Amino acid sequence: MIIENSPVILSVKNLTATVDETLILKGMNLEIRAGEIHAIMGPNGSGKSTFSKVLAGHPDYKVTGGEVMYLGQNLLDLEPEDRARSGIFLAFQYPLEIPGVSNLDFLRVAYNSKRKHEGLEELDAFDFDELIQQKLDVVKMDTSFLNRSVNEGFSGGEKKRNEILQMALLDPKLAILDETDSGLDIDALKIVANGVNQLSRADNAMLVITHYQRLLEYIVPDYVHVMANGRIIRTGSKDLALELEERGYDWVLDEEAVAS
Amino acid sequence: MSIQVSAAPTDTASLTTAEGRAAYLARLLELAQSAGNPTGWLSALRQQAAAHVQEQTFPTTRDEEWRFTDLSELLKIELVQPEATPLSLDIAGFCLPEAAGSRLVFVDGVYAPELSAVDDGPAHLVVGNLVNLLKTHPDQIDQIQPYLGQQMGSEEVFTALNTSGLTDAAVVLVPKNSAIETPIHLLFVATGQTPALLQPRCLLVAAPNSQLTVVEDYVTLGKGTYFTNSVTEIAVQENAQVTHIRLQRESLAAVHIGKTAVSQARTARYISTAISLGAKLSRHNLEIYQTGEQTETTLNGLTVLRDEQLGDTHSTLALSKPYGTSRQVHKCIVDDRAHAVFNGKVFVPKAAQLTDAGQLSRTLLLSPKARVDTKPQLEIVADNVKCTHGATVGQLETDEIFYLQSRGIDATTARRLLVYAFAYEIISQVPIASLRPILANQVLPAQA
Repeated sequence: MIIENSPVILSVKNLTATVDETLILKGMNLEIRAGEIHAIMGPNGSGKSTFSKVLAGHPDYKVTGGEVMYLGQNLLDLEPEDRARSGIFLAFQYPLEIPGVSNLDFLRVAYNSKRKHEGLEELDAFDFDELIQQKLDVVKMDTSFLNRSVNEGFSGGEKKRNEILQMALLDPKLAILDETDSGLDIDALKIVANGVNQLSRADNAMLVITHYQRLLEYIVPDYVHVMANGRIIRTGSKDLALELEERGYDWVLDEEAVAS
Repeated sequence: MSIQVSAAPTDTASLTTAEGRAAYLARLLELAQSAGNPTGWLSALRQQAAAHVQEQTFPTTRDEEWRFTDLSELLKIELVQPEATPLSLDIAGFCLPEAAGSRLVFVDGVYAPELSAVDDGPAHLVVGNLVNLLKTHPDQIDQIQPYLGQQMGSEEVFTALNTSGLTDAAVVLVPKNSAIETPIHLLFVATGQTPALLQPRCLLVAAPNSQLTVVEDYVTLGKGTYFTNSVTEIAVQENAQVTHIRLQRESLAAVHIGKTAVSQARTARYISTAISLGAKLSRHNLEIYQTGEQTETTLNGLTVLRDEQLGDTHSTLALSKPYGTSRQVHKCIVDDRAHAVFNGKVFVPKAAQLTDAGQLSRTLLLSPKARVDTKPQLEIVADNVKCTHGATVGQLETDEIFYLQSRGIDATTARRLLVYAFAYEIISQVPIASLRPILANQVLPAQA
């Protein structure tokens, strides 16, 4: 929802970044305010995933210019774990498997590191169990998921639901969903989208990165951005996504070429 | 002008020569033979073994079997006989609640009845030390003598060295048709008070249709330098099952050379989980000899090394009959400037048709200076078999650490979790619940 004069959560100005010394982000500009859902679409290789990794602080991605302000502080100064503890959450395109570490233990360690950061007391196993049971409902996950090793032997859909479970638990200020819809059947997609919608509030924001308009039927964005060649070349309403679905990306790219 | 030449101490210099090594081996044999005062068949067995030692030379890296494992570290130790051990030792930390009434303890090679605890188990189960058993169970001699020092490969130099000084042994005789629920804990404690030559010995005979779990555990109370040269012989008779957990947690200044020799009769199952954590220099020779068809063999291995440790596992699976199945997974975690060695032999002669053998070696290198030499060695003559092998060597991936960091977990904790996850596949195979967290803790890298 667009709320007039709501606080700015994320402000990205002229951001440039490289991977392996190749320039991928070439002047990103984006402002996200509390309550808003933004979608970034764009062809393969446009820099969408790079942008999400840069925001979360992946060490392989080097910022070479510009600034990223998050809730009034310089995000780029923070270690990845401190970004997470301050409320940035990245739902991975390819969630990692950690054999031997139960989902329950993993979630508790993650949750408590955030509590500690906020100066709150850590939850013990008993209290945590109660909390996590409520969160399981958000993604319609069975309790048995908690006793399995993190993502090990999970189907693609289960992994993505597990990402949203983590998101529900960590209650981020800014959630970045990196192609969370890829590889999901329609039922899993609905569960994931429904989970995300339940977590969307007036005091947080979502950045949804996707290839397909399909997801945006379920998570309705306030803004749709088209990314190409390392920056945002067009911004519109949710109707832009429909237009892209119908006409592809070429017309946007052509118009951009003419304009410049 | 005068030129000063400082000569290296002759002791050290001589060690690098053949004569120096021969002298060291002779000294080892002399030390071994001076232990105990056996008579009869045991004395004959020892003399025969001593002759085997005398026929051989001390191994060097020019020997194929010792190519990556330089024993110079051992040559530096001026070994002595172990001293009498203090009467009261605190070994509570090593005792397993699961085996509270089935524990044999040897301190610096000597049976310690006051630290052991052997309750009356099921009838005919024999758990005890050789010296006493020969007195209390003279009728069991035919369950002992045909097996002790009789396993294939017993003429190998360190195995023969152990036998040449064989004075006492941990003995477990499992009666026919009995499944023993309680695990047996064979605990070998090194005090590390002197640079002693310790030669622990185990014999386990599982009679037909029996079932047993045994934990063979090498621990230390100190940080001392010493040399453990152990030999364990296991006979798994027809349709019997032995689950064997071998833990090497020696002092980080010690040298450990250990032999496990197993024979498997028809339809016998042998499940081994061997975990090596200690010793400056360690070598485990794991040898499985199939003597009947349709055997099942599971070998899980985990070696964790840091600083300048060297840990070597040489396994041999010698099949000789049809329908054998084996699954082997050996994992190494190598940090700092440590060096892991794995050599996995599998012999499948013509007679061993329809064998199904799988071997996997996986190594996690945690430091750029860490090293592993891993080598499968399959010799297959039979033409209708399924034999697979694989080896991977990797590091912790940035992406893996980042995933955990992105959930608020700091990089150090993330690394520890991932190392734990790598080791867990093996640790989870240990069927003793109280051991798993202890092992997990020892596997984890230190908190930064």
